[in-house]
Amino acid sequence: MTSTSMQHSQMHAPPAESDVVVVCRSIKKSFGEGQARVRVLRGTDFDAKAGEMTFLVGPSGCGKTTLISIIGAILSCDGGDIRVLGDDLRRMRNGQLADFRLDNFGFIFQQFNLLPALNAAENAAIPLVARGYSTRKAEGIASEMLEKLGLGEHTRKIPAQLSGGQQQRVAIARALVHSPRIVICDEPTASLDAASGQRVMELLRDAAMDHERAVIVVTHDDRIFRFADRIAHMADGTISKVERGKLESSKTPVTPKDAIP
Amino acid sequence: MITTALRMLIGDKTKLLGLIFGVAFSTLLICQQVSIFVGLLGRASSVINDVRSADIWVMDPSVRTIDASHPMRDTELSRVRGVEGVAWAVPLFKSQVQVRTREGRLENAVILGVDDTSLIGVPNEFLLGSVEDLALPDAIAINPAGFRLLFPGAELDVGRELELNDRRARIVAIIDAAPAFAANLTIYTRYSLATTYTNPGRNVMSFIIARSADGLAPEVVAQNITDRTDLKAVSSSAFRTESIKYIIENTGIPVSFGTVVILGAIIGVAIVGLTFNQFIMENLKQYAALKAIGLKNRRLLAMTLWQAGFVCIIGYGLGLGAAVLFFRSTAEVDALRGFYLLPEVAGGVAVLAAVIVLLSTLVSMRRVLTVDPATVFRG
Repeated sequence: MTSTSMQHSQMHAPPAESDVVVVCRSIKKSFGEGQARVRVLRGTDFDAKAGEMTFLVGPSGCGKTTLISIIGAILSCDGGDIRVLGDDLRRMRNGQLADFRLDNFGFIFQQFNLLPALNAAENAAIPLVARGYSTRKAEGIASEMLEKLGLGEHTRKIPAQLSGGQQQRVAIARALVHSPRIVICDEPTASLDAASGQRVMELLRDAAMDHERAVIVVTHDDRIFRFADRIAHMADGTISKVERGKLESSKTPVTPKDAIP
Repeated sequence: MITTALRMLIGDKTKLLGLIFGVAFSTLLICQQVSIFVGLLGRASSVINDVRSADIWVMDPSVRTIDASHPMRDTELSRVRGVEGVAWAVPLFKSQVQVRTREGRLENAVILGVDDTSLIGVPNEFLLGSVEDLALPDAIAINPAGFRLLFPGAELDVGRELELNDRRARIVAIIDAAPAFAANLTIYTRYSLATTYTNPGRNVMSFIIARSADGLAPEVVAQNITDRTDLKAVSSSAFRTESIKYIIENTGIPVSFGTVVILGAIIGVAIVGLTFNQFIMENLKQYAALKAIGLKNRRLLAMTLWQAGFVCIIGYGLGLGAAVLFFRSTAEVDALRGFYLLPEVAGGVAVLAAVIVLLSTLVSMRRVLTVDPATVFRG
């Protein structure tokens, strides 16, 4: 861990109960019809708090991606309750959900999903431009964010001119540039080598963690579990257990409901 | 997001070039073919256009076009002159004749015989010589395209002699008459001389051209003539339209040109459609990511429309420019004389290019609109 991330974790105060920003209760989701119907989420409970980095881990097909898609207001659930930042997502229409995502979420994808023709600053500026900022102002703010992430010299490079780790840092900048309350990361280190993955997670932790922001990370990569404040294990469409991350120096298994009321 | 959309497109130079080429190619092909078609139709009425002083054309009732006349008796001229509202009326002879130069070159020509006394019917634009010169013995006037056809490489001049159906004729003037539909060589001469050259038989008068009296509409006077003489009389503009309509309805020209235009449009749709679809498919994941970030379908649609519009404008501009260059570079080619890129054609092709691009991008747009943003989480 870098010195900055150590400082960050030491300075990082435990979140209050009132900082719960994502509340999922009995979430159900199925795909397909009739005999081909697959129940992916079977009454899942999950919570995420501001100021915490919550990892969602589990085997392939256990429903992690479906759950973060629902939390990220990209997918609707079939049953249960989901409240994000106090808002009931099930009551929102598609247009409202898009606005909600733009205002409150930052996304980091496994494959980065940067626009290949745009340079780093332009890519990172997209959420601001989408919110109506002028291109120049948005790119200025994005460049500052890239500078913080150590890409100050690469702001004018297109993704093809950047390494995988650098591209993921651009994706982090894009996810954080509009100061969202929630950041969702889908396998952020899956496309990176071990060293780059560690570095990206350190930067993510340093740049993203804020007492008002929740970070949810879906991952298979147990080498980065040490960055978690809380680890939710998923199996067969439910959260099987939630444990404190190593950063909290506690490995006491807790039930989902005990973890966050 | 407009800049983002355009940067996405410009960043993929291969596809951008393909898209622009598709639109430019269609624009050039359609502009060129439609302009030539319109020019050909113009030739169908070029003689009517050149006879500016008359506003009424009188002919045998069976005649439907300037290029296929049926001779009338000479006495019909007096009857037309007697109709109320006719300011003046003169005969016009129109036929085809074989022309041979002293060097042995043989060409077909449209020959027009105008009233011996007034010489009404000869175009006003004399490049060499004058209308009075047509009063000279064996005098004929020809158009520049015809001159160059007969005397390739020679400078325009007068005084050369020709044989028209084995009779002597002398070029006394060069007139700026438009090429006719039937031949590039157009000859103007006196009525009596024209009938001598062609030896048509007892009835020789092809048309009577007349002028309506001041204050009277040519259509009204033409109707008077028809009522009084049982001849067909129409205004110049109506005869022009009728001659063009005849070509459209009775020749394969519209089908031929129409086929090329349709093929041009189909090729444009195919090239642009496939390339744009490929571009969208390769960027679909990025569009899904933008959707996940929070961009609504409306904005993504606007982005693709801007991309399509950009391609359309650049492609159309290049295609139009190439069409202009084509017509400029062929302006001095006699076979293509009278073929211009009309603003109406350019405007129509602009609309067509927009339709081509829009049709081509509809499928791709649908893909953008229906892409599931959740796909970005599926590796």
